[in-house]
Amino acid sequence: MWQFFHKLGSPKWFYGIATRLMPWLLVGGIALLLAGVVWGLAFAPKDYLQGNSYRIIFIHVPTAFLAQSIYIMMAVAAVVTLVWRMKLADLFVRSVAPVGAVLTFLALFTGAVWGKPTWGTWWIWDARLTSMLILLFLYFGVIALAAAIADEKSSARAVAVLVLVGVVNIPIIKYSVEWWNTLHQPATFKLTERPTMPAEMWVPLLLAVLGLYLIFGWLACLRMQTGILVREKRTRWVQELVRTGGH
Amino acid sequence: MPTDSSVRVRPLTAGPGVMAAMVAVVRRDLQASFRQRQDLLNPLLFFIMVVTLFPLGVSPEVSFLQQAGTGILWVAALLATLLSLDHLYRHDFDDGTLEQLMLQPQPLYLLILAKVLAHWLVTGLPLVLLAPLLGVMVHLEGNSIGILCLTLLIGTPVLSLIGSIGAALTLGLRSGGVLLSLLIIPLYIPVLIFGTGTVAAAAEGAPVSAYIALMGAFLVLALTLAPFASAAALRISMSNS
Repeated sequence: MWQFFHKLGSPKWFYGIATRLMPWLLVGGIALLLAGVVWGLAFAPKDYLQGNSYRIIFIHVPTAFLAQSIYIMMAVAAVVTLVWRMKLADLFVRSVAPVGAVLTFLALFTGAVWGKPTWGTWWIWDARLTSMLILLFLYFGVIALAAAIADEKSSARAVAVLVLVGVVNIPIIKYSVEWWNTLHQPATFKLTERPTMPAEMWVPLLLAVLGLYLIFGWLACLRMQTGILVREKRTRWVQELVRTGGH
Repeated sequence: MPTDSSVRVRPLTAGPGVMAAMVAVVRRDLQASFRQRQDLLNPLLFFIMVVTLFPLGVSPEVSFLQQAGTGILWVAALLATLLSLDHLYRHDFDDGTLEQLMLQPQPLYLLILAKVLAHWLVTGLPLVLLAPLLGVMVHLEGNSIGILCLTLLIGTPVLSLIGSIGAALTLGLRSGGVLLSLLIIPLYIPVLIFGTGTVAAAAEGAPVSAYIALMGAFLVLALTLAPFASAAALRISMSNS
């Protein structure tokens, strides 16, 4: 276990592992996502209340799911950065922050598209919409701070502190916004309860969520690999890698 | 090695106690602030001017102002606090005082707590004292003004405490001011919601003790956690320069 953990700190080792892992993540991700989305959009039964317009759920829920869990993953990586000073953890945080921001935006956008036929308006100051918007602001803050500090080490630790302060605040923000105003339907998946929708609806949804997770994994690996190449450009193994073209 | 560590610990426990050090920091910061009187005045003037913009920009109608007044005052107080945060560490950072403060044997987070207290005394407290006057100008009722001042009294220290984290993180950066706002505004949202919510509840005649208690909980949480985060952020920023 500990040996694995220490190995994880080595950029070269991670680069190799990521190269081997990435095709599987990409193929699996695309397959699952396609299966989930096609099943959901074309074959799943109509909703008795919302008709066909509910089908955007198969895109909306995966993006919203990822948008929230990426911030949690960043917080875990931030703890690792602060406690073990692991460079790769910091690289993970700054590599996936823009991905998280884009997914948060997509969740808001698909939510707006869904809101138009069901609520009759693109945007409402509803609790869950607003807390997603605030999550987007938190992502922007992390990206801005990461870009503002030139020194690699202090940038890593400052970003980690900011991510942790954000993660402490997320539940507070969520509950105060919820108390402030609520219209959105409650969450689709809860770990503690059986889903209330029929299996023909939630199975494709689950497939789409898992698929997007895998694609996120692929994207994270890709971005981290790029980051490693930039950071370690003076080391011999990177120069050799670039010279041989990765073979 | 117990003997080794006791040797190392002894000089650290010497010197003035923690309380004495905190009092000294507060006194020094207050003294420094009162020697730069204009800096003290600026956030207050900003507060008044922002509040003035709303009747001019939206509507001077009594009914509108009565409804929106609390929100206007709270947002203006929030922005004024944000604006003043840059001063929290900046001068001490420039002249090296901050470095000396970090070398003190007393725990840094307590010294930061003292600094934030001094900062609140010269920025947050005047905002609270000025609020009744502006409250009358936006036609709030007497009861609402009282509750508003109470929420500001509990809320502005939370703003200062959370803000100190952002100020520490952006210390010594070129575009620190805007970045600071970017980082901190999302974190201010719960305080704003409950600050204005309390006054709205009071205006409807609902009991407000639960709201006040929740704001008190925010204050306690910020008092216990924010100085730690601020101290960690300061150490990072100082190692950078």
